[in-house]
Amino acid sequence: MSPDPAARPKDGARRLSHARVLDVDPLLEDPKTRIVVCCGAGGVGKTTTAAALGLRAAERGRKVVVLTIDPARRLAQSMGIDSLDNTPRRVKGVDDSAGGELHAMMLDMKRTFDEIVEAHADPGRAAAILGNPFYQSLSAGFAGTQEYMAMEKLGQLRGRDEWDLIVVDTPPSRSALDFLDAPKRLGSFLDGKLIRVLLAPAKVGGRAGMKFLNVGMSMMTGVLGKVLGGPFLKDVQTFVAAMDSMFGGFRTRADATYKLLQAPGTAFLVVAAPERDALREAAYFVERLAAEDMPLAGLVLNRVHGSGADRLSAERALAAAENLEDPRIVDQTGGKAGVRNSPDTHGSSQAPESPAESSASESPASESPASESSAPDSSAPEASPTPSPEDDVPDADTPERSVDQLASGLLRLHAERMHLLAREQRTRDRFTARHPEVAVTEVAALPGDVHDLAGLRDIGARLATGEPELPESDV
Amino acid sequence: MSRLQVVSGKGGTGKTTVAAALALALATKGKRTLLVEVEGRQGIAQLFETEALPYEERKIAVAPGGGEVYALAIDAEQALLDYLQMFYKLGSAGRALKKLGAIDFATTIAPGVRDVLLTGKACEAVRRKEKSGRFAYDYVVMDAPPTGRITRFLNVNDEVAGLAKVGPIHNQAQAVMRVLKSRETAVHLVTLLEEMPVQETADGIAELRAARLPVGRVVVNMVRPAVLDATDLELVRETPRAALARSLSGAGLGGARRGGHAERLVDPLLAQAEEYAERYALEQEQRSVLTDLGLPLHELPLLAEGMDLAGLYELATELRKQGIA
Repeated sequence: MSPDPAARPKDGARRLSHARVLDVDPLLEDPKTRIVVCCGAGGVGKTTTAAALGLRAAERGRKVVVLTIDPARRLAQSMGIDSLDNTPRRVKGVDDSAGGELHAMMLDMKRTFDEIVEAHADPGRAAAILGNPFYQSLSAGFAGTQEYMAMEKLGQLRGRDEWDLIVVDTPPSRSALDFLDAPKRLGSFLDGKLIRVLLAPAKVGGRAGMKFLNVGMSMMTGVLGKVLGGPFLKDVQTFVAAMDSMFGGFRTRADATYKLLQAPGTAFLVVAAPERDALREAAYFVERLAAEDMPLAGLVLNRVHGSGADRLSAERALAAAENLEDPRIVDQTGGKAGVRNSPDTHGSSQAPESPAESSASESPASESPASESSAPDSSAPEASPTPSPEDDVPDADTPERSVDQLASGLLRLHAERMHLLAREQRTRDRFTARHPEVAVTEVAALPGDVHDLAGLRDIGARLATGEPELPESDV
Repeated sequence: MSRLQVVSGKGGTGKTTVAAALALALATKGKRTLLVEVEGRQGIAQLFETEALPYEERKIAVAPGGGEVYALAIDAEQALLDYLQMFYKLGSAGRALKKLGAIDFATTIAPGVRDVLLTGKACEAVRRKEKSGRFAYDYVVMDAPPTGRITRFLNVNDEVAGLAKVGPIHNQAQAVMRVLKSRETAVHLVTLLEEMPVQETADGIAELRAARLPVGRVVVNMVRPAVLDATDLELVRETPRAALARSLSGAGLGGARRGGHAERLVDPLLAQAEEYAERYALEQEQRSVLTDLGLPLHELPLLAEGMDLAGLYELATELRKQGIA
């Protein structure tokens, strides 16, 4: 620890030293950018990021559609739209002076699936499929359907060519990778051997090899029937028969969308928060995208904390706070004394209670240390399990707190902030060490949630500057 | 105390952590608990700092007082193969089914089957008894899918009933539902003191109740310490900046004059206090929304050093202290 606060390197505690900075504006403004995919673990602000990017691009002159998949309809709320359905709606209140537009939509996976069926089967057959119980469950329930339909919808939007830029939010999957895998999985099922078995058990034996002949195809379907129940299997068979003509189409479209994701006009943004799990998943995603030849633009790191006083370390702040709480430690009028004379920051406040000969000059309401209740145990204030602040009320006969007590509270708050910064820094460093090639933009943590376009605009501005806004500049 | 404790929560709220802490807490005093994972993420292994869990019940921790925590990562495919083996003595036919894509179909595509297999395995562990007649596990804690999917996940009966009307999957679903809707089960929701997770918690509770699934407790995770209270924050706004600067200077933080080190600290410290005040007000608001839900409410502190094994024991102790276990 440096003895003089001014001697600490200005950025040492906080900034990513080696990571490249991601500049989102050129990406959003470039007419060659046609698709931006936001992916990442749940709960890191993916949907908000997608909406903020869409708004920023629109206000910089692009015609944008934001496709959100999240069933919580949060995007709808932040964009002031009551209901997002399966078609893009124009968002009002967007600054269109640069000639841009913002549209938003929420994926309705069942509706999307129905539309595919309606578009590709004749009316009679379509009705048979739509009424099939297996289809109804598949289209509404299968964990991968959402991912498949998201990609399908993305392909459709791109195919319409009405928008310069499509911003896609990805489903809140079990794993962030599901949306890459599920279409293939569903596609391979719909094209797979099983389907052929279900369609015509007798034909497959020769192709599938001797093993299957031994077992016997009828036994196969027999076992499936036993396990799943006969009627269920019948539903599946009817469904498969009705869908027969469409299977090739599913595979083809899944492949086409996959290629679209690898195309030069596509940019992936991995969204994360500076927390261990979120960044672990982000790293995993970065590696997976590289393996799939998908173009990664960079990492959006949400909810990063900063401090305008980051030269004052947590240790010094806590030591100073203790000085203020316990006037015996330091002669308060001395001004320059203090921290350096009391290295034992952990034990000092545990001194036995004795009536303090309070000689402090500027603390008229100075109380004995025993009445100081906001500092339970200076050694670990962050871990204090205080369940609710109501328990923290000062003695009734202490109506006012001294300036020193307030200052000490501010310092403890600062120490907490610095600990948080250090933890976030460690987590980020781990990611940067593993992926120094990934450009990063940081978005400062907001105290509250985003509710409106103004909030989204603010996030967009923070995304573009790439560094957390310091609290200092808010004053 | 329900023997099957299901822990759900919005993504990012730390439901795996809370589930693990709960399993530890319930294992105290010589009890045996099983912590099950159903989403194939290996979150439990990471939390307990062990290698990836196989599909096998394995002891991963010893609780204070001699209890034991076992863990199991349930794999739907393996569960189905076991199940087929148990009931149909399939042998190599199981492998053939796998090759054909039938297992993949049943566990990932056929709606609801996967969930029946996963919940079924957990319920089997709840009911399992040793030769002595004692339950194999005193408690089973499930790290369940997130709030948005929990009702659908647990309400397998509805999902499957329309499809598998007869047969073992149907029977299995019935048996599972008998456990899940009984007092043997409690579904807990983990949240943060933020708007979206709280809203999702309220929605999740309404859905669970509509499906007649037993809602247990609400656990607020990562609660930050109360450093300043409402009175302090009010006073901070009224205090002259020069007085604060003098006070900081008195604590040894440099000069109080304009441009001095202490004086330059005042603005950023006040800005942090303003931020804190805003968040404090939001948190109080969310806390009252949660209180209005009328469920037992618990709060777990944010761990300063991030989540590690020591922190997990700390949270377990806290849960016991609050009477949740």
